[in-house]
Amino acid sequence: MDKWIKTKNNTKLNLSDIPVLKIEELRDGIIELNHRPIGFFGKNWGFGLTRLFVILADDENGDLYVSSAMFSAEQKSYESLTQIIPAFHIFEREFYEQFGIEPLNHPWLKPVRQNQDEYKFFEMQGEEVHQVAVGPIHAGVIEPGHFRFMCNGETVYHLEIMLGYQHRGVEELMVKSPSNQLAESICGDSVIAYNTAYSNIMEILKGIEISNKAQLIRKAALEMERMAIHIGDLGAISGDIAYLMGASVFGATRTLVINSMLEFSGSRFGRGLITVGGVNYDFTPEKRNHVLETLSKVIKDVERMTNTMVKNSTVMSRLEKTGTVSEERAKEAGLVGMAAKASGVDLDSRFDFPDKWMEKLEFTKRGFKATGDVNARFKLRYKEILQSYSMIKKIFAKLAEYENEPLFVDTNMNLEKDAFAISIVEGWRGEVVHIALTDDSGNLSHYKIKDPSFNNWYGLALAVRNNGVSDFPLCNKSFDLSYAGNDL
Amino acid sequence: MIKLINLIILLFVPFLMAGVIKKTKSFWGGRKGPSILQPWYDFVKLVKKDFVISKTTSGVFRIAPLVQITSVIFAALFIPLAAGSALINVQAGLIIFAYTLSLGKFMSLISAMDTGSSFEGMGASREACFTSIVEPAFFMVIASVMALTGNYTFDSLKNILASAGSYGILIIVFAVVVLFLMILIEGSRVPVDDPATHLELTMIHEVMILDNSGSDLALFTWANGIKMLLIASLISYMVLPQNLCVGLSIAYYLLIMFALSVIIGTVESCMARIRMSHVFEFIFIMSSLALVVLSLVVARMFGG
Repeated sequence: MDKWIKTKNNTKLNLSDIPVLKIEELRDGIIELNHRPIGFFGKNWGFGLTRLFVILADDENGDLYVSSAMFSAEQKSYESLTQIIPAFHIFEREFYEQFGIEPLNHPWLKPVRQNQDEYKFFEMQGEEVHQVAVGPIHAGVIEPGHFRFMCNGETVYHLEIMLGYQHRGVEELMVKSPSNQLAESICGDSVIAYNTAYSNIMEILKGIEISNKAQLIRKAALEMERMAIHIGDLGAISGDIAYLMGASVFGATRTLVINSMLEFSGSRFGRGLITVGGVNYDFTPEKRNHVLETLSKVIKDVERMTNTMVKNSTVMSRLEKTGTVSEERAKEAGLVGMAAKASGVDLDSRFDFPDKWMEKLEFTKRGFKATGDVNARFKLRYKEILQSYSMIKKIFAKLAEYENEPLFVDTNMNLEKDAFAISIVEGWRGEVVHIALTDDSGNLSHYKIKDPSFNNWYGLALAVRNNGVSDFPLCNKSFDLSYAGNDL
Repeated sequence: MIKLINLIILLFVPFLMAGVIKKTKSFWGGRKGPSILQPWYDFVKLVKKDFVISKTTSGVFRIAPLVQITSVIFAALFIPLAAGSALINVQAGLIIFAYTLSLGKFMSLISAMDTGSSFEGMGASREACFTSIVEPAFFMVIASVMALTGNYTFDSLKNILASAGSYGILIIVFAVVVLFLMILIEGSRVPVDDPATHLELTMIHEVMILDNSGSDLALFTWANGIKMLLIASLISYMVLPQNLCVGLSIAYYLLIMFALSVIIGTVESCMARIRMSHVFEFIFIMSSLALVVLSLVVARMFGG
């Protein structure tokens, strides 16, 4: 029996086709293959058994490798992977937290979402060392999270992040009562990405192919979401360095983009737009033209403002060389999406795991001079806004060819039994991974979500080392990670 | 009558200045912005409110706002404000003026540390650091300019334009720049501090009053406004024309306060805040300019 089963994005497997190995074999296999982990989760297999599924991504070839290992009821530990491949650290911590199976010699078995009160933070000793604890309740209107800084004067030596205050049991809810409404409420700033991933999963399991028109509309909506949030973040970064003009201009232009979404779908964040089997609202030619007009104005303003900011020395002195994550560290920590790209790790599942449209519409990856600092994350956002705009233009033009296609297809069929489906969607923050398992009666038996924030929070902790503690908010905003997406 | 007008100015103008700054920032941001009177409304609202006092604090925390407001008002007595003469017009009033202000600041520092919050401790340490560099520069500038007039009272500053001559204009220009930078630093404005931020880790002044609420908070806000007004007044004396009648003098004074507020608002809109570790460099610019003023004055007095 092979150690791995190779598959592609947006596909399903029969559960019986997934190899069941011993954990030692699986561990050797992972180390041997040495690809990026995108899924590492346990599932209760009955009779006290726990099955550990692993999905590795080969980004160069667009392949996914799936395998699993079975733990018996007595088997309560295994040799950790983190000591060899650090990117596994958060996955193993989560697995330990959920199933109590301990990865031995894991360097840092800290809770991911639970038992925050019992955890003892790292401490530094020394006369001039002090700790600063921030949160979980913050001065601003943001989500809850606890940050513990070990500082010497104004310099941060180490930052520990404690999350989980937003844990709602989303994955269990998804099994019990899966719906588009639930999927799009998981992470409020990635409505389209989450809903697309969920709909993909359900369509794969039902064996539905949705219309070209619906596919394109989803794609356009995803890029509009990317544009809107990126522009908002440029504004937020400007606000954090007290650069008023940037904050105002980007804030105003972001509103125009989300209002365009409102025009299409009746919701500024695209709630209710996507449904299993297609989309609920049509992007009619008149609306498309009007939105394109608005977006072209937005792009003009964003270009002007960004150019002004890049020329402003006070702005650049704040952005440059602040919160740097080197390429090596980013790879080690397993960062994904935007944060990884800004550090020179070119991960973008839109291009790494392309669908048919990427080729048809001639979308290509664009080079980016990655410096790993706040400046890189600022400029990357700007570049992606421009890219998304050009993609939207092409998608809208292509939509004209499918004007007569239906918005959605019939979805009145059962889910495939004993299946395993996986969907990766590149949200604005990075890859949103949804994985679902069905049981022998065709019901969802397990649902697994991985938000890019799950990987990237540790990147933020790396970024602030040796920076001023007063630069933390700026670094934080440049990552703009999700608490809800991490805590689930 | 003049004294009454001065009192009213002391009471209202700090809020109007804050309002004008906000309005200017709104203008640059393309917004309509709140009414110029909004800071005053906020003040009244805060005064009416009750306050919450943390259990970890001691009496220091309770009296700090009172000491702070008393100290700035007492310091204001040494300054002629809009018109007329200062209430307390003594030689070397400068020293009492500066250290009365310092007393208020000292109380706000220890009151911040009294809360035991790690943020407020950081804010206090930042404020103390910056103040220690600002203080000598302030003495240097004001004392040098007073030396030009030969009379060490704040009233004498009003004659500076006449007694300085053309060479003195140079000194005054530098002195005005130093004092303007001082407004930005002491008034916790961009680029040193950001009064609009909600991020406790980056604050300086705001974080120190994080635990204060209601009327305590109102007193701190007012005291900070008066402090800005006092330094701005010093600027106004250096640029005011001589021998004006009272009405004109008050009008000019208000005009200058207005102009300074607009300039502050514009500076805040057009530049980002500097990195905390670079704030020292910014304050050193002020200190070096103060040294320039001192050397110019020395050159004038002893260089012939």
